[in-house]
Amino acid sequence: MSELSDNAKKVIEDHLGRYPSKQAVTLPALHVVQQETGCVSRKAIKEIADMLELSPAQINDTLSFYGFFRTEEDPLGKKRVWICRSLPCMLRGGEELLAELCERWGILPGQTTADGKVTLELAECLGACDGAPCMLVDDELSLCVTADDVEKMVRG
Amino acid sequence: MSNEDFKPVLLSRQGKPNSHKLASYKADGGYQALAKALSMKNTEVIDVVKASGLRGRGGAGFPTGLKWTFLPKDVTGPIYLCINGDESEPGTFNNRVLIEQDPHQVLEGIVISSFATRTTTAYFYLRYEYGRCYRVLKDAIDEMYDNHLLGKNILGSGYDLDIHLHRGACAYICGEETGLIESLEGKRAWPRIKPPFPAIEGAFRRPTVVNNVETMACIPHIINKGAEWFMTMGVPKDPNNPRDAGSYGPKLYCISGHVNKPGLVELPMGITARELIDKHAGGVWKGRKAKAVVPGGISMGFMSEKELDTPLDFAGPGRVGCLGLGTAAVIVIDDHTSMVDVLYNACRFFAHESCGQCTPCREGTAWSTKILERIRQGHGKLSDIDVLLEISSSIGTIPGTTICGLADGAAWPMKTAINKFRAEFEEYIKSGRKSESKTLAGAH
Repeated sequence: MSELSDNAKKVIEDHLGRYPSKQAVTLPALHVVQQETGCVSRKAIKEIADMLELSPAQINDTLSFYGFFRTEEDPLGKKRVWICRSLPCMLRGGEELLAELCERWGILPGQTTADGKVTLELAECLGACDGAPCMLVDDELSLCVTADDVEKMVRG
Repeated sequence: MSNEDFKPVLLSRQGKPNSHKLASYKADGGYQALAKALSMKNTEVIDVVKASGLRGRGGAGFPTGLKWTFLPKDVTGPIYLCINGDESEPGTFNNRVLIEQDPHQVLEGIVISSFATRTTTAYFYLRYEYGRCYRVLKDAIDEMYDNHLLGKNILGSGYDLDIHLHRGACAYICGEETGLIESLEGKRAWPRIKPPFPAIEGAFRRPTVVNNVETMACIPHIINKGAEWFMTMGVPKDPNNPRDAGSYGPKLYCISGHVNKPGLVELPMGITARELIDKHAGGVWKGRKAKAVVPGGISMGFMSEKELDTPLDFAGPGRVGCLGLGTAAVIVIDDHTSMVDVLYNACRFFAHESCGQCTPCREGTAWSTKILERIRQGHGKLSDIDVLLEISSSIGTIPGTTICGLADGAAWPMKTAINKFRAEFEEYIKSGRKSESKTLAGAH
């Protein structure tokens, strides 16, 4: 059975016409697979490579460069929460917020809660320094957040 | 033009209902500049942009019109325009606000710039974290296709253009123009050795221009109102310095850190940091004083309190030992904050974001972070200070040891923090105290 969903295959095929090289579809392909399955499995890497006429090593080379993508040994929880720790957020309590969430949830940045609901990540500048400390849930920014806000939003 | 008479240009439509919709943009005169540009020759458009003195807003401040003229004249086959929306420099958020609130202003600039550079395919590289921007842009681009503003025969002119959105994957280095190109091509974002410059051999080995989002937002206004109008704002060229290209036009200043009102302010180039903080950001918070201020994203280094009357134009920050204006992202640090903690934070950022390609950068950023961590644990040695200074003068494109400028960005916070606050570092090390700031040293 195919590891890539019909939707993922369609997204990849739709992107092929946008670039003069098939390799350029690597990031869009990795994004759609991770969005659907919470990771990019070895089988998915092989199938993406086949669609883009590349070797799996080339896909893995790109995948492993960006800390963003997860392998099947280390999949994401249902929600992915990024807490910013760069200077503007650090000056307004970003580091303390991250430490507080680690303590409350009993995990370190990069890990997922035991119930599989939340993966906590540390982020470098999220581009919302006017609302420090800020966080990103999946790909939506929230400004001026407290640990209670985060709990409410992601574990409700 | 004085700052008091100034009316926002790029932010003029902020806060209007449906400011992100095509109908609202058109009601305010949107896409008239495009119609005007399409009635001109592409070289005439370049000449207007060149004459305006517009310099790139992404950090390096390279003259935009001049960059366009570097494309080979007699080229056959595609030319690409890449829009750098990978805004990741700590303190910087103007692209986010511009895109979320007024995407068509940016997109109109892209179509005009594509026409000027004879591009028929433009790639908008957007950092992944800007999910809302992505959705806003996607809708705006759909509206454009439905209204003959993109696709074949734009506004009946015979000119064709497609814009494709391309999402990044959370890597700062993709903001470096050749790192962006490598990432767009589906590879690790390792910056390329230049030459060849992108204008000769860029994306997909074709002639390519990479421009910043705020730069694009300036273009429709320059076409509408002319180069002379643009030059009424900002700081003119220094007649005694033939290499100074001036600092013309409006600029978006991002203010963050220890101020009462962090936010985005648009002003003519050249306002001082002090005026920006006191008049436009409600002053330093909690009645405190500023100890240090970052003039344009942490890569630029620090200004001391005494240097706050420096004008924030392209030339100003350099006169007080900073790297430049950068992204004009002003980060204010109050006098209760330890510069050791601040510098540690900056060094850790660059260690995390170094792509690892050049040894001086990979090792220099990692070891400087480790040394500062040791100082923060109370185990620093006075000789560490000079080791940090030595690292800072050995990494980067200025000493000539790296391919791209990331390491220069790592070096300048070190140089300026230590040169301007050396006594504080010495006192901290001699006291043997530990940092009170919470950080998760073990993470990543």
